[in-house]
Amino acid sequence: MKRALVLGTLAVACAAVAQTPDPTAAEFDKFREIMEQDNPAELFEVKGEELWKTPRGPKNASLEKCDLGLGPGVVKGAYAQTPRYFADVDRVMDAEARIVHCMITLQGFTQAELAKAPFSSLVRTPEPVSIVTYVAAQSRGMKFASPQNHVKERAAYETGKAIFHYRAGAFDFSCASCHGVDDKRIRTQPLPNFTKPEQAIRAVQGWPGYRMTGGVMHSLQWRLNDCYRQQRFPEPGYASETLSALLTYVTVNANGHVYRGPGIKR
Amino acid sequence: MKLASAGLLAVAAALLASCATPQRDYQPDALAMMKRDFHARGSAGMDRLNQDSVQAACNKYKDEPPQGVADKLQKEQLAAIKWPADGKLLGDWKAGEKIAQNGRGMAWNDKGGVGGSCYNCHQVGPRESSFGTVGPSLYQFAKKRGYGADIQRYAYGKIYNAKAYSLCSQMPRMGHVGALTEQQMKDLTALLMDPASPVNQ
Amino acid sequence: MADPMKIRATLQGDVADVRVLMAHPMETGQRKDAAGKLVPLHFIQTITAQLNGKTVFTADVSQAVSRNPVFAFKVKGAKVGDKLSITWQDNTGDKRTDELVIRAGS
Repeated sequence: MKRALVLGTLAVACAAVAQTPDPTAAEFDKFREIMEQDNPAELFEVKGEELWKTPRGPKNASLEKCDLGLGPGVVKGAYAQTPRYFADVDRVMDAEARIVHCMITLQGFTQAELAKAPFSSLVRTPEPVSIVTYVAAQSRGMKFASPQNHVKERAAYETGKAIFHYRAGAFDFSCASCHGVDDKRIRTQPLPNFTKPEQAIRAVQGWPGYRMTGGVMHSLQWRLNDCYRQQRFPEPGYASETLSALLTYVTVNANGHVYRGPGIKR
Repeated sequence: MKLASAGLLAVAAALLASCATPQRDYQPDALAMMKRDFHARGSAGMDRLNQDSVQAACNKYKDEPPQGVADKLQKEQLAAIKWPADGKLLGDWKAGEKIAQNGRGMAWNDKGGVGGSCYNCHQVGPRESSFGTVGPSLYQFAKKRGYGADIQRYAYGKIYNAKAYSLCSQMPRMGHVGALTEQQMKDLTALLMDPASPVNQ
Repeated sequence: MADPMKIRATLQGDVADVRVLMAHPMETGQRKDAAGKLVPLHFIQTITAQLNGKTVFTADVSQAVSRNPVFAFKVKGAKVGDKLSITWQDNTGDKRTDELVIRAGS
């Protein structure tokens, strides 16, 4: 872990100019900024681009006709404008759910095989994760603009908001228990308040993200899954409507903020 | 003529208002969607999506229930607390510190023992700097409040069922849901209440 | 063939500031997998950098270096149009070469 040690020392040595009330949070931000140079996520961007362009699956087709919301094959800017409504499925989808849909319809993969083991491990990065990293990178520097034009987009926002605030599970937690309050942290991890626009950006900034704990690439589908695990809920379906609705709620709250591209996490 | 225009204006205003703000509660939609999209895993069954009386009240009133509702439900939660049969509420604070540090248990990937997860949200002992701030600091808990039987009872009761004292508290009901054993809760009570505990130095 | 590297080179005068991101598991041979078995040693052993076909350095690397490592160095005497070539070889004999032509303003 030499690189991490050297850069970790640099982060500590830098003068801490606390711009937030919690100085711990400022140090985390500094650390992320330094680590974002030469982010291993770029390796997955490259891999994802290769997967997008290569004919694969039972239909031996590439994903180059996949419509991410801006027209078939248009990748640039598409990620920052999800989740959004898709008429061909009559539902709101986040980017990864849409990629999974394209892998099924264009390439002939099945929902079952893609949902079986959808999250990265030390020995395997599932294809949708690399692909969503590539797709997300093509929205680098653009403002989030998840649309609220269609009635189902507005319903997804409201349903997502209700899901966000729904207390249940063995510990009576909702998403809001941790992410509906200002200036709190769990252990030493700052908890942004996603109900507020200026903090909601932290829900979507830096995802997909390369997680140094384990050296793996993770997307928002993983993050939401892991939240529900820690909330002591049962497990949400991979790329399900529930998760698209939640992502609609936080992304719309974050609309207008610039997306910096795939990030790096602790 | 004047009345008719005023009526039209009122209708127009109501229509505009209904476009701008949601008129209905989306919780039923949320619940239906979750019930369709979630599945059981490990020890986390689908029954965990069902609201009990506390969760239902806190969801309905967005964590700010009317006094009457809160009083009634808090009384019920308090009555459901199982106090130790031997009447002793203090265990071993050293064991308590380990339980407070342990954040495992009750999740779908947890197979073994359950911890209190206390440091996730609280400062507890003085030597641990890696503590959360979701809940108030518990440092010098008894030193500040007193070491008497009433405070012991409050501490044990709060750990067993935090909602008995504050209906929509974000603190889990560690005894009520069977997360912690009686001995574990006694050890945590000792961590907070024992004069020898580092918490009270 | 192994996964591609990402090479970036910024020219400052005649000095190229090069940063290479390499995709490699860099297993120390000490880690146990989910089944409790030791994961075998698998790491980059040598890195060679060439400028216009001339070797500018070779590095001997150990398994102490982390997964998906970054290698950064500066090479003097570089100019726009020069071809930078990086090769790594690991202890299993696997290797990977990627190239970058230095562009103006890169």
